[in-house]
Amino acid sequence: MNRARPALTPWLLVSPGTLLFLGLVVLPLILTFILSFHVYDHTTGIKNEFTFAHYAAVVSDDYYLGIFWRTLRLAGLTTLICALIGLPEAYVLSRMRDPWRSVFLLVIIGPLLVSVVVRAFGWSMLLGSTGLVNQLLQLLGFGPARLLYTETAIVIALVHVMLPFMVIPIWTSLQKLDPMVEAAAWTLGASRFMALRRVVMPQVTMGMLSGSLIVFGLSASAFAIPGLLGGRRLKMAATLVYDEYMHELNWPLGAAIAIIVLVANLIIMLAYNRMVEARARRTLG
Amino acid sequence: MVMGFLTLESLSKIYGDLAAVRDVDLSVAKGEFVSLLGPSGCGKTTTLQMIAGLVEPSKGRIMLDGRDITRLAPNKRGLGIVFQSYALFPHMTVAENVAFGLEMRNVPKSERAERVRTMLGLVHLGQLAERYPRQLSGGQRQRVAIARALVIQPPVLLLDEPLSNLDAKLREEMQFELRRIQQRVGTTTIMVTHDQAEALSISDRVVVMELGRMTQIDAPYRLYENPATPFISSFVGKMNRLDGIWRGAGASGHAEIAGVKLPSEAADLADGQAVALSIRPEKLLLRQVGQGRLDGTIVNRFFLGSYWLFTVETPVGVISVSVPNDGEEPASEGAKVALDWQPASLRVEPASARGDAA
Repeated sequence: MNRARPALTPWLLVSPGTLLFLGLVVLPLILTFILSFHVYDHTTGIKNEFTFAHYAAVVSDDYYLGIFWRTLRLAGLTTLICALIGLPEAYVLSRMRDPWRSVFLLVIIGPLLVSVVVRAFGWSMLLGSTGLVNQLLQLLGFGPARLLYTETAIVIALVHVMLPFMVIPIWTSLQKLDPMVEAAAWTLGASRFMALRRVVMPQVTMGMLSGSLIVFGLSASAFAIPGLLGGRRLKMAATLVYDEYMHELNWPLGAAIAIIVLVANLIIMLAYNRMVEARARRTLG
Repeated sequence: MVMGFLTLESLSKIYGDLAAVRDVDLSVAKGEFVSLLGPSGCGKTTTLQMIAGLVEPSKGRIMLDGRDITRLAPNKRGLGIVFQSYALFPHMTVAENVAFGLEMRNVPKSERAERVRTMLGLVHLGQLAERYPRQLSGGQRQRVAIARALVIQPPVLLLDEPLSNLDAKLREEMQFELRRIQQRVGTTTIMVTHDQAEALSISDRVVVMELGRMTQIDAPYRLYENPATPFISSFVGKMNRLDGIWRGAGASGHAEIAGVKLPSEAADLADGQAVALSIRPEKLLLRQVGQGRLDGTIVNRFFLGSYWLFTVETPVGVISVSVPNDGEEPASEGAKVALDWQPASLRVEPASARGDAA
């Protein structure tokens, strides 16, 4: 064996992954970034000139800002609801024994095996004006409610799609807990609820953190669900970018929006990560 | 039976068709230190968890100070428990861990701090109050667990294999530490352990459990000297065990193996009856050839610090002999020796007594 090899081996080992990452993530991002500074003319198309006009247009236009705000709001709401449902769900799951645990794990992961588009259409059938939900509401005497093409519909469907991404990280961190720690809290006089709040919850913070980041990131960039359940008028960031590219054909403006969404997302997630992680690290090590 | 402070009445736990604990009757006096001793799977931990309220009994009653606590939730029993894994709250400091039970009892903040400080002083952890459990050594964690269980002033302290996660040296230190704290506080204590040395050294009484049943309850010394079953005699300390025949009757009777006479205390046995013989290694004495009751050859010699352990090949079988290390050069391997003993040390029982354990 020659001496140079040990130093080279790690590089060779990571090279396939690096190439894939560079080619499929970094390069398109750089191209999009460059594109966002190109001048666009409605009659002649993209010109080879440099401008900040797209960024200025987006930042100063209430229409775009409204869509950004809605995107962040809905993603935040989805994350919150996922956390509220996911935490008890993961706890129940962690207390189950086989074979029930395997069955319910499959039930939780199962939806991931169905295309998001199919699930979105499923929700649009359920929530439509003559859908099952409305029929039920009418039976109960609440009259027909407009559900489809509202923010409510988007959030319902997003929660459904994102829930596994919240449950699985929390479940994983619950698996690492010593069940006797909870029992210890009981024997010291804590009620079941108190033991959950004071002893179990603080220890699954890291799982909730990773779950929240995944759910928020995916929700903020979700395309199929807002596209199909939000309709033509209720736009979120990803559907807006699609429109700029495919309908307006204004690629540079679309690219500028995409970059702004990416940066906003990154800032929010990093700040959140730093805040929660700092707290958890201090106590959990 | 005198009504004890904590009483278990025919306590049983049955899982499907497997009885983990069967009809355990135990009465523990106030301030007493009782150990449940047995191999793994004997039901000792299940018994402890039933007392703690973490496992629901299938049958029987648990009485604490005249009150029936059999169906009481664990957080209503107020017992102190030290878990095998210590089960400290990893996200709380040592002081917060110890204060948790007081907090749940709504003890005022100033009194809480005072009691936590006193308790940490008792377990010599005053300096480490602000540390997190992960920053502590095994022995320190264990003392936090004891402090956390004792600070609520429980009527009964339950210890589940409290020393099994410590290394040998520390385990011995903590044994005495545990006993010191227990005597100082005077809390009635029940300890579960599979380590007979641990049970014998610090308990007032030892309860031996086999296959879910209690087989003997005795003071450590009596348990060692008069084991009730062959299982206990081999589980508690070392024991030489031989099969023989009883010869003669009355005062002139003696045990015999392969034609060799083995003097022992006279027993009420019939001539020709099969008997089981047992004698502890430390009750045997090494002598010059011709001066003992049985001749043999030393096969192996182990040095264990405070004593030597010999295995001696004799006409009746291989026998272990332990000799205190008095500083003199001991007999070497291959040497011819003779064994001697007080006739009273050689226990003789009808062989049938052995059948039920096997």
